[in-house]
Amino acid sequence: MKGLRLDNLRVEIVAGQRTLVPVDGVSFAVGADECVALLGESGCGKSMTALALMRLLPEGGRVTAGSARFEDVDLFGLSEAAMGEVRGGRLAMIFQEPQTSLNPVMTVAEQIAEALAAHRNLNGAAARVEAGRLIEAVGLTPDKLDTYPFQLSGGQRQRALIAMMLAGEPEVLIADEPTTALDVTVQAQILALLKDLQRQRGMGLLLITHDLDVARDMADRVAVMYAGQIVEWASRDALYGAPAHPYTQKLFAVLPRPERRGERLDSLPGRVPGPDAAFVGCRFADRCPVVFERCRSEVPAFHEPRPGHFARCHLAENGFTSPFADGGGGGISLARGLATPPNPPQRLVTVGGAVDPMLDVRELAVHFPIRKGLFKRTVGQVKAVDGVSLTVNAGETLALVGESGCGKTTLARAVLRLIEPTGGSVRLLGEGLAALSGESLRRKRAEMQIVFQDPFASLNPRMKIGAILEEGMAALLPELDVAERRRRGAELLDQVGLPIDATGRYPHEFSGGQRQRVAMRALWRFRLGC
Amino acid sequence: MIKPVLLWSDALILLLLALVATGLWLARRNETLRMPLRQVMASPMGASTGLLLAIYAVIGLLDSVHYVERLPEVPGKSAQYSGEVRSALDALLTPLRENVEKTYSAPFATHLYAKETITGPDDRETRDFPRLNRGGQHLADPETDFWPDVLKRGGLGVLAGMAVWLVVMRLETVGEKKRREKRPPWQRGKSNRAFLLTLLILCLVSGLLVALAPHYHILGSDKVGQDVLYLALKSVRTGLLIGSLTTLIMLPFALSMGIAAGYFGGRVDDVIQYLYTTLNSIPGVLLIAASVLVVQVQIEAHAALFDTAAARSDVRLLALCAILGLTGWTGLARLLRAETLKLRELEFVQAARAFGVGHGRILLRHLLPNVMHLVLITVVIDFSGLVLAEAVLSYVGVGVDPAMISFGNMINGARLELAREPVVWWQLAAAFVFMFVLVLAANLFADQVRDALDPKSKGRA
Amino acid sequence: MLNYIVRRILYAIPILLGVNLLTFALFFMVNTPDDMARIHLGVKHVTPEAIVGWKAEHGYDKPLFYNGAADGLETVSDTLFTEKSLKLFALDFGAADDGRDIAREIGQRMWPSLAIALPTFLVGLLAYISFALLLVFFRGTPLDTAGVILCVALMSISGLFYVIGGQFLMGKLWHWFPISGYQPGLDAWKFLLMPVLVSLVAGIGDSARFYRALFIEEIGKDYVRTARAKGLSELRVLFRHILGNAMIPILTGVVVVIPRLFMGSLIIESFFGIPGLGSYTIDAIQAQDFAIVRSMVFLGSLLYIVGLVLTDISYTVVDPRVRLE
Repeated sequence: MKGLRLDNLRVEIVAGQRTLVPVDGVSFAVGADECVALLGESGCGKSMTALALMRLLPEGGRVTAGSARFEDVDLFGLSEAAMGEVRGGRLAMIFQEPQTSLNPVMTVAEQIAEALAAHRNLNGAAARVEAGRLIEAVGLTPDKLDTYPFQLSGGQRQRALIAMMLAGEPEVLIADEPTTALDVTVQAQILALLKDLQRQRGMGLLLITHDLDVARDMADRVAVMYAGQIVEWASRDALYGAPAHPYTQKLFAVLPRPERRGERLDSLPGRVPGPDAAFVGCRFADRCPVVFERCRSEVPAFHEPRPGHFARCHLAENGFTSPFADGGGGGISLARGLATPPNPPQRLVTVGGAVDPMLDVRELAVHFPIRKGLFKRTVGQVKAVDGVSLTVNAGETLALVGESGCGKTTLARAVLRLIEPTGGSVRLLGEGLAALSGESLRRKRAEMQIVFQDPFASLNPRMKIGAILEEGMAALLPELDVAERRRRGAELLDQVGLPIDATGRYPHEFSGGQRQRVAMRALWRFRLGC
Repeated sequence: MIKPVLLWSDALILLLLALVATGLWLARRNETLRMPLRQVMASPMGASTGLLLAIYAVIGLLDSVHYVERLPEVPGKSAQYSGEVRSALDALLTPLRENVEKTYSAPFATHLYAKETITGPDDRETRDFPRLNRGGQHLADPETDFWPDVLKRGGLGVLAGMAVWLVVMRLETVGEKKRREKRPPWQRGKSNRAFLLTLLILCLVSGLLVALAPHYHILGSDKVGQDVLYLALKSVRTGLLIGSLTTLIMLPFALSMGIAAGYFGGRVDDVIQYLYTTLNSIPGVLLIAASVLVVQVQIEAHAALFDTAAARSDVRLLALCAILGLTGWTGLARLLRAETLKLRELEFVQAARAFGVGHGRILLRHLLPNVMHLVLITVVIDFSGLVLAEAVLSYVGVGVDPAMISFGNMINGARLELAREPVVWWQLAAAFVFMFVLVLAANLFADQVRDALDPKSKGRA
Repeated sequence: MLNYIVRRILYAIPILLGVNLLTFALFFMVNTPDDMARIHLGVKHVTPEAIVGWKAEHGYDKPLFYNGAADGLETVSDTLFTEKSLKLFALDFGAADDGRDIAREIGQRMWPSLAIALPTFLVGLLAYISFALLLVFFRGTPLDTAGVILCVALMSISGLFYVIGGQFLMGKLWHWFPISGYQPGLDAWKFLLMPVLVSLVAGIGDSARFYRALFIEEIGKDYVRTARAKGLSELRVLFRHILGNAMIPILTGVVVVIPRLFMGSLIIESFFGIPGLGSYTIDAIQAQDFAIVRSMVFLGSLLYIVGLVLTDISYTVVDPRVRLE
């Protein structure tokens, strides 16, 4: 068949004394004119699979088994020089981080020209013309050719990168999370561009993503990856219509949907096992809601419950009959069978029928001065936040939506007065914050807390969880003694579903989701009456 | 009778030891510091260089236990003490210290380097190389007895060294058995093997030295006939002191200035930046030279304050450390400022501020622990540079007291003698080997520490 | 840009003032002009009159920082500090203790210094970068490991041994060059070659290892992976992409020392008997000639600040991302 075919790939990485196996027995095919999505949580081995195909594995990594065939060519058998021809030629790849994936000191034209010279022998004026054509094909104006990457926005950079990779006229393009680092609005444009290019050029597209929606919009076939293996492999419609593997079903169940508003979201307990984990039996067993004895002792085979629909699960052995599926309707309803029963929507309790909003922000402005010239005079201002008013009522969730850089975070920090606002007022429970200072401001902050974006950055890596929890209490509720702080800390952890011994551990020992829960609890807890 | 003497530098060494011990005790409980340090000691390079450095440290520490001897009592007078301060190392090396010749002699020589007029038994005067006072003086006829004697003593020394090594290994095996470790020590991973190999080499070398040094000048003797091995061993303390005390003096400045500049920003930052740009702009050697000159003048002007020569050299050494420390904090301060600037914006610091945690606590609990790895890396990297700097500064004449035994003074005293015929090479060679091993071990150790602590340096050198 | 440079020059003034204040504090507050006079007059000739005379002759007869006898602004301006500092700012270094004009000495002695420092700098930069690139090209192989170990070993040897070893081997044993000395004119190369060679060898360990680390850091970056994904050859990736980016920290890092090349090297010059600024300084230190030391400190600081400005300018030249504001 035409296109790319990967069989039984195994990748090993030697890291110090240990050997990691991020990819273990992965097979799939990307036909010409087809989009295949490789779907999975971060850390499941998707990127390693792609890098192995390109033979660009990081230092210490190597392919220890399997073959990758491009029609008649065995990619893993080629000499390095011959692989150089294929790489960026028949097989090209674009990366996740447009910020860092381009050479910062070369212009876009120079970087495209390099690929043209390497694969199509185009140089000088001819290369320039072709580069212009490519840059237009990805939706940029030709004047962007002579810019440096730092002069482009994230979306423009990703387009420039795509242009570079199209230079070799690839038959298969690998796109590794091409839109994850971009704003939602830009994401859609880049995905549309990729889809168009794939159709126009008759390319195969291997799309690596963790986003169920992206995979549904783009892919013809989907491979779901878990812990270095493909656990489900089916056409898009089959997979989204009736997922066969409990993992896939669980993925659907944890996704927030407009139609499931008010329900309690399901959660996937535990975390993806690391590439150094040793397995007996099924790799998903520890997190599987329908696990039974056989899963713990026997490795499930890649069964085919329906023609063209494969799943690595003992339950799929005898055709497509999952005992836990409630009639096999749509994916969502099927998933709902797995989910905890929906909670009744909670009624808001308004205290004493008060009409005052909890938080009242009026005309809030944050301006940063621009200083220029010999004596650093203020010549202008960056108006990061300029006259924003909003109110939040008790029991209400207010979403503040906007592209990155539009001032959302600045607004939030200004509300807490982590940044001094330039103008406007903030009232919390009817009391103005602007006039407060020192001790009374600290006190007031106790009633209003912030959960930051990055769970990795918002917990001090060198403090134990217990100490982090206690510190906040000591600052805000100095009247508590040590034992009481400990007791409350343990209580809080219990509330977010973390084990009691978490107090003695460091943040890096937790998964991202767990960390975010600690962060939320660490900040959120001293509400009124606490 | 002896009376202990605590020189200023000895006191600071004690302080340093106390600090290191406290640091280790704190690091023991701190996962983020303990793991990397364990990683350093678990690497073959870290284990063997760590052992070498420890041996140097023991020599330096032995040389820091000072005392004076009581002079023979004179009736009717209160006890008098010698003006010569000795150290525990001196006491251990008594045979070496007292084996003084007239002038140069080559390693293992039995005769002096220079010819002298010798009055023979028959009162005839001849010019010849006289026998040494000490080196090989137990030999009846050096021509025939030399090799058998050296081989016999050397062989015994090697055997003794081997025996010590085996005992150590036996002890380790016994100790490990309690911890249910069944494999013999040399099969427990690369680092253990490297450690044991280094230990074996050290045991053999020390066995040889102990067996031969009292009877020969293994590394020759210098211009005034002192044993060069003794000088080299005594130089170790000077080098170590410069490397470590300078850091001790530099750290408080670098830490407070760097973190304050980064955290508070604004005017504080401006002032601190001005300070370190100014200090940096003065050519280093010149600033050090000028400061040392000033100190030297002061010491000469107040000579009466120091009751012994050792005390005077000691104060000069400390002054040198202080000067190096006061001029050397800028590099680390700059690093810390940049790192603090980054950390200050991180969300956990913002979160702490959102709680209303005070500045002092944020600095101590949130910032300081997160820059400690930079401090450790800088300290170990600076150490070897400072040992090298001592030699250069002493050569320029602004290093330690010329009367103090140090690598720089050894080199300085010997470099002109290369012009002699035959070449007097052994003094330079001894200084070279002792310094090279120390600095190389320190450099390699520093690499391991950096690799373990700095996430960015993974897979670099 | 111009604005920026003007601002930097204005910023240099407080720094140079600070430097002067520091040197003054070091020399005069601890070592008063009276002390200096005593040292220079020698023990036999110290009389109160002689001291006053010496101070008047050498211009040290004013108060240090504050002149209580004068009025108004002159309480500050009519002092030793102001007088000597202002002269330095006008590059008027005055006379050394032996009466010779320091500025003239500097003018003469900078050439031999430059003749050693400049070739060392240029050849060194080229050689160290090439060596580092070679190691990086063979990274992960035994050759690379051996190279790195060699570098660490080389940098663990005191600079003094390079000089002594060089003189002994090239001068005494092989008779390639005269051991030390200097001769102006065309024959100078005979005397210059050995110091240059010795400096080059002495510097290789440190620099090559540092450059290698810079290259390795670049190799780990995403854009290098992109370049490889384009199918470029390893050599092209190395030279065009990695070298291109690593040259930014390398070049801008070395620019700061360029102005100071004039000042020569203390050790090299004094060992090889080159009559440059380095040996001038070291002689002054050993003779405790404060006038010369002060001048050299001032000159050194001035050149350092020039170096800083040049560094910032060089960033705009080699890095398209940087614009000076």
